[in-house]
Amino acid sequence: MEIDPFIFRLSIFILSIFIGYYVVWSVTPSLHTPLMSVTNAISSVIIVGAIIAGLAGNSENIFNTSSIFGFLAISLAAINIFGGFLVTQRMLAMYKKKKKDKK
Amino acid sequence: MISANLSAIFYLVSGVLFILALRGLSSPETSRQGNFFGILGMIIAISVTFLSIGNFSNGFILVLVFLSVGGLIGAIIAYKIPMTAMPELVAGFHSLVGLAAVFVAISAFLNPEAFNLGTPGNIKLGSLIEMSIGAAVGAITFSGSIIAFLKLQGIMSGSPITFKGQHPLNALILISIIILIYLLCSTQSSSLFWILLAVSFLIGFLLIIPIGGADMPVVISMLNSYSGWAAAGIGFTLENTALIITGALVGSSGAILSYIMCKGMNRSFFNVILGGFGATEQSSNNQDKEQRPVKSGNADDAAFLMKNASSVIIVPGYGMAVAQAQHALREMVDTLKKNDIKVSYAIHPVAGRMPGHMNVLLAEANVPYDEVFELEEINNDFANADVAFVIGANDVTNPVAKTDPQSPIYGMPVLDVEKCKSVLFVKRSLSPGYAGIDNDLFYKENTLMLFSDAKKMTEDITKNL
Repeated sequence: MEIDPFIFRLSIFILSIFIGYYVVWSVTPSLHTPLMSVTNAISSVIIVGAIIAGLAGNSENIFNTSSIFGFLAISLAAINIFGGFLVTQRMLAMYKKKKKDKK
Repeated sequence: MISANLSAIFYLVSGVLFILALRGLSSPETSRQGNFFGILGMIIAISVTFLSIGNFSNGFILVLVFLSVGGLIGAIIAYKIPMTAMPELVAGFHSLVGLAAVFVAISAFLNPEAFNLGTPGNIKLGSLIEMSIGAAVGAITFSGSIIAFLKLQGIMSGSPITFKGQHPLNALILISIIILIYLLCSTQSSSLFWILLAVSFLIGFLLIIPIGGADMPVVISMLNSYSGWAAAGIGFTLENTALIITGALVGSSGAILSYIMCKGMNRSFFNVILGGFGATEQSSNNQDKEQRPVKSGNADDAAFLMKNASSVIIVPGYGMAVAQAQHALREMVDTLKKNDIKVSYAIHPVAGRMPGHMNVLLAEANVPYDEVFELEEINNDFANADVAFVIGANDVTNPVAKTDPQSPIYGMPVLDVEKCKSVLFVKRSLSPGYAGIDNDLFYKENTLMLFSDAKKMTEDITKNL
């Protein structure tokens, strides 16, 4: 009997939770805010679903209800992707070490 | 058009890049590289999606238009937003992830053929379950984050909103969501799908209104976690590895942050979620408090104390963010350092309105991150320091948490500020902090209260140094 592909996806999911657990515990507390903004940005990879939905309409009828929701979701996710990564970058650029040239 | 196997491999690559993005945050030096990996992963995921569909017709142009409009808005927000507004921004972003998940679920429900999930009214059972869970969690994330945003922004009062029968009502709604998902999966009825969404929006709203302002760090982390689980749910529906990996990463990240925040307050997760903290204690505590003597001083006194100190520890809190005092504070510290006074910063895990809030503000004011310490790292140093400068923090310094088992904050880890030779406490009035309890520190022999706006006081001290 073959294994349902769902089981493989479930395995990826469970293992990723463990990866997430160990990776996030090693994040230094001072970077917890950038952690939140970057997780925000990457969870917007949901945009791939939105793109599929947006492109699903046939060429005569681009705007059916389903693809409209897709297009809206593309915009929402895009706000998050650009906003999330850029604001993270802005924050991370501020974290500086003490200047070594002590008087 | 590329094959399904090849695109699956690229999605895996982008999932791995996202793991590296989080991994980079283990230290500030590697963090920028990490963010770059994240961007790269996103570019790969989006490009592969286009290539795998291979439909570059009119729809493609529209996708690019919507993508650019959203991207432009996001970029403008990212550059304009002041660092003090970070908690609101993150809450706002969470709501967008939630809503995007809902929208994707809706279009998958309306047009399942596009996603290879069956036909309308006859969607594969597994996909329908995944889709409805994703949609429900997405809807909860959306409405919950909107409330969190409004509370943080000050549009809605930060005080908990509670009413009788709140918890039974919430429990009832949560059970009804499970029943709705079950019915939806057995009947495939589209009206049930809409009801499920409506009920999920409602519960998101009801879950967050009883939670008070200072518990926001927990709420934001929790919503962060939810947005991840919503993404993972949709990832299962779309059979997309990148989404599943990311959803799991974000979900566990948010859960860990909530745990750290709860621990920082010595409260259980459920205690925070059930809300209404301090509401009962407040009234009884304030009345039987006799007036106790308080020493108050001005900027001149504070400057004198600090000038004669050899080490100073700064304890920032939410009040510093409200007064936007971080730059003024840095200038004061620069002056102190010129006088060869050792200065460090002590950050309590729940200081501010989101995890790491204070660190970002100090970084914005050009404070080097190796002068900023976490509670465990610095708590023993208070006994050897001459002056503790508490600016905008309150409950996190309250010694009552160590001494009075009756206190609602008993057991919460606090900064041992009172062990310093002298304590300077910048505060606008003697009013109790968020937990509604008096801070014993105000009445200690060695405490000097500086009643003023945090920013103004800091500037005045700098002038007097």
